[in-house]
Parts: sequence; structure tokens; C-alpha cells
Amino acid sequence: MDTGLLIEKSVLVLIIFLISLGIAAYQTYFERKLAAWIQDRVGPDRAGPFGILQPIADGVKMFLKEDFIPKDADKWLFIIGPGIAMFTSLITSAIIPWGTDLELFGRTITLQVADFDIGILYLFAVLSISVYGIMIGGWASNNKYSLYGAIRASSQMISYELAMGVSAITIILLSGSLSLTDIVNKQHGMNWNIFYQPVCFIVFFICSLAETNRAPFDLPECENELIGGYHTEYSSMKLGLYLFSEYTAMFISAAIISILFLGGYNFPGMDNFSGNTLAILSLVVFFSKIFLFIFIFMWIRWTIPRFRFDQLMHLGWKVLIPVALVNLLITAIVISINEGWFNELM
Amino acid sequence: MESLTNRKKVVSDKPMTFMEELYLPAIFHGMKVTFKHMLQKRKTIKYPEETRVFAPVYRGMHVLKRDEKGRENCTACGLCAVACPAEAITMIAGERKKGEENLYREEKYAEMYEINMLRCIFCGLCEEACPKEAIFLTDRLVPTEFERDEFIYGKDKLVESIDFPIDITKRQHTGNRTEK
Repeated sequence: MDTGLLIEKSVLVLIIFLISLGIAAYQTYFERKLAAWIQDRVGPDRAGPFGILQPIADGVKMFLKEDFIPKDADKWLFIIGPGIAMFTSLITSAIIPWGTDLELFGRTITLQVADFDIGILYLFAVLSISVYGIMIGGWASNNKYSLYGAIRASSQMISYELAMGVSAITIILLSGSLSLTDIVNKQHGMNWNIFYQPVCFIVFFICSLAETNRAPFDLPECENELIGGYHTEYSSMKLGLYLFSEYTAMFISAAIISILFLGGYNFPGMDNFSGNTLAILSLVVFFSKIFLFIFIFMWIRWTIPRFRFDQLMHLGWKVLIPVALVNLLITAIVISINEGWFNELM
Repeated sequence: MESLTNRKKVVSDKPMTFMEELYLPAIFHGMKVTFKHMLQKRKTIKYPEETRVFAPVYRGMHVLKRDEKGRENCTACGLCAVACPAEAITMIAGERKKGEENLYREEKYAEMYEINMLRCIFCGLCEEACPKEAIFLTDRLVPTEFERDEFIYGKDKLVESIDFPIDITKRQHTGNRTEK
């Protein structure tokens, strides 16, 4: 195997890992700041200038807390629960195309860890596993609130994955490929999918909120009903990992929404640049799209109150899935007419 | 009936229109509201660095004043204790001995003078009752303590020190009080 490729990919993996963690850490800070601003408060401003060292202070606090395992908990599952949650939210980043090719040290570096031709399938596979972290953690805690949280998380995940999958199929139909790179390249320039599939975008966006357990879909961990839900019994860095994995998942979700609907690293007028300039510009564009979505995620969290569970199920099964299906059907018909498949019949 | 505010709304449970059932317009409206709040000026006072300005009439911790020669004004007449609606003030009167003329202004003085700061309601009636201009309320705050009996302030905490007299002019020069 090519050693250069191995080093290149390892470095890329490391960088993406660090960036995901760093962004997740600063999301906690930004979330608190934004919540404060929306509520006319100041937010954390004690640690460092404007409080920018707050995530570090929080991390140190988490590490110094007592790592408590309840007596009746299933110890082994209790320990691997947060690990699974963190692992699954991190590995999704492998298939994300971060930017156009970078020319460095005489090599063409693809800013993507693995260019699967079935990228979307991998994505959905990982998304399905990601609920296991929550489920196992909630079940192993041997606590009714945790169990409720875990049950809610799994039923919510199942309900919303359908609508999410159907809207992803619409995008696959439109792009004619399962590979995320192809999907991004199809949206070259300003041909973003959001302009062709606004309904699909809304469905997918709502489902992403539900999949990342963000408000208004944060029923698995609603603080006031379930005392934190699946992580009620967790403390110290195990709790930290759960919270962290939620923020990482949010970052990755934002990246995936930008890839599927906002053209990933594409931006209008990108043909005027080439080589490394284009690569860096595309990175900047992609990350600003991600940050835009993270901002919207947080903005929604601090605006809209939480659903009741029956409302959540109603929205998932009776609204989003039919809407997504009808949208899929219409898209399929339009595409097939455009492709001329019905010409002989008509 | 005439409504008291301009925010009166007629409530009805008529079925929702299609646009209302979509919920999205309402959500966007809500997000607009929160966005407006995001841009608003913060009203927070960052306490240790900034302190809130007290109103000039603020009634805080009491002080027992001395006169210009450094003698205690209080003669232990007990009018403040009588005026006190919360019965927070107790005192024991004493007679001034020879050689104590530099300590107490008149022949009678308060041997013990205690205010229970947990009982006190900071109404300022003691100050109004005092005929000798001895007790005043200031803009100082009563600090927190761990024990209840630490809130019973004796003369050690109430009488102003000779070197650092407490300024009470701000509160005394407000409103339409007539100077005595």
C-alpha cells in the first residue's frame, strides 16, 4: 500500500477528529452564549476574555467529578454506553467531503477520509447505531427515568429515520448517486438541492433535529420530566461524553444538511478559482454553511418549546412520512418524464 | 367593558386554517422574536466590577453617630426602641462617670445598644424618632453571616469610628425634609 496515502489519510483523520472535538467543545460555549442572548442575559464571561476558556473550565470540572456507577447498574454496559455514543457520532465524519482537492507536497490530497460509493447508506447505518449508545446507557443505569429516556430515544429514532431516509432517497434520485462526493459535485456552483427540493429540505431538517435529540425533539433527555433522561445516573466524564457526542452529532448533522441541500463546498463563482485557492475557499464556504446550520439548530432550541410525546409521534408518522413520500413520488415522476421513460406510452 | 390594556385578545377555538396548521409561519414568527432579543442591549449589571447605584433615599445598615468632637450622640432615651415596629432595638442606659466627657456627649449614654438585623425591617422610624441625631440609616448593606446571633449588632459594629466617620448627608438631603 502506498505509504504516502496512509500518512495523508492518518493526518486527515487526526485533523478531522480534533476539529470535531474542538467545534463540539466550542458549541457548548456558543450554545450557552446564544441562549443567554436570546434571554437578554450575558452568558458565561468569567473564564478568559468573553468567557472563551469556558469549555476548558467545563472539561476540567467534568474530569474532577466523582465517577459514580450505581450499585444496581449493569457495570459493563454502563461503561461502554457513552463510548458507543461518542464513537458513532465521530465516525460519520469519515465520509464527509470537506473541500475540493488540495495540492500539497506534490500530491493531490482529497479532503475526504473515505470516498464510499455508498456514502449515504453508511451514513444511515451509523445513524441507526447511534441510538444504541443512548439505549444501552439508559437501560444499564437501572433507573426508571433513564429507561424512559432510552425508550423515547429509540422510538423517536425509528420514527424519524423513515422520513429522513425517504427525503434522502429523493436527493439520491435527483443526483443519481449514493456517493456524497457525487451529490456535492452535482450541485456545482449555485445548483443547490434546496432550490429544487424545498419540501424535502424542511422534512430532512426537522428529522435531523430529531435524530440529534435537539429541542424541540429533546424528549429523551428532557430536564424537567425525566431529570436528564438517559444520562440521569451518569456523572463525571461519562456524562461529558454523552453531552459531547450530542454536540458532535449536531456538527456532523449540520455538515450533512449542507452537503445534501446547500451544495457542500460549492459556492457561486467557484469556476474563477482553481488549485489550492479553491480548496481553501471551499473549506471556508463549507464551514460557514456548517456554522450557519449550527446557529439555526441552537436558535430553534431556544425558541420552540418541547413536543409532547404523542405530538412527536403524530408529526413523525402522520405528517413527515406522507409529505416525504408524496414529495418522492412527484420527484420520481418529474425525473422519469424528463428522462423520457414515458415517451412510448404517451 | 372598556379594557385596561391594549393587549386584549378575543379567544376562540375555531378550527385552524391551513396556514395555521402548518405551524411553520408561527415558528418563523417565534424565531423572529428571539432574534430580536439576540440583538438587544443587555441589562445585566456585572456585579463585582459594576455596582448598582443606590437611590439617595436608600435605607441600609444603621450607624450611631458621634458629634464633631468624637463623642457619642446617643443618650439611651429609648425613643428609637419605642418607635421600632419590629422591636429590633434593645439598650441599657448607663451614667457617664467623671473623665468620660470626651466619650459621651451627655450625662446618660447607652452602655449596651443592640439591633437585631434579622428583625429590622429598615423602615427608618428609629431615625425619625431620634431627638439627638444619633441613629441614622446609611447606604451600607448588612453582610451575610453563618449564625443567627451574629446578626445581633452591638455597639462595636454600630458606632462609627472616630477616624472614619460615615457620611450620611446624601440621605439626609433628599426629599422635603426640614432641617432641624
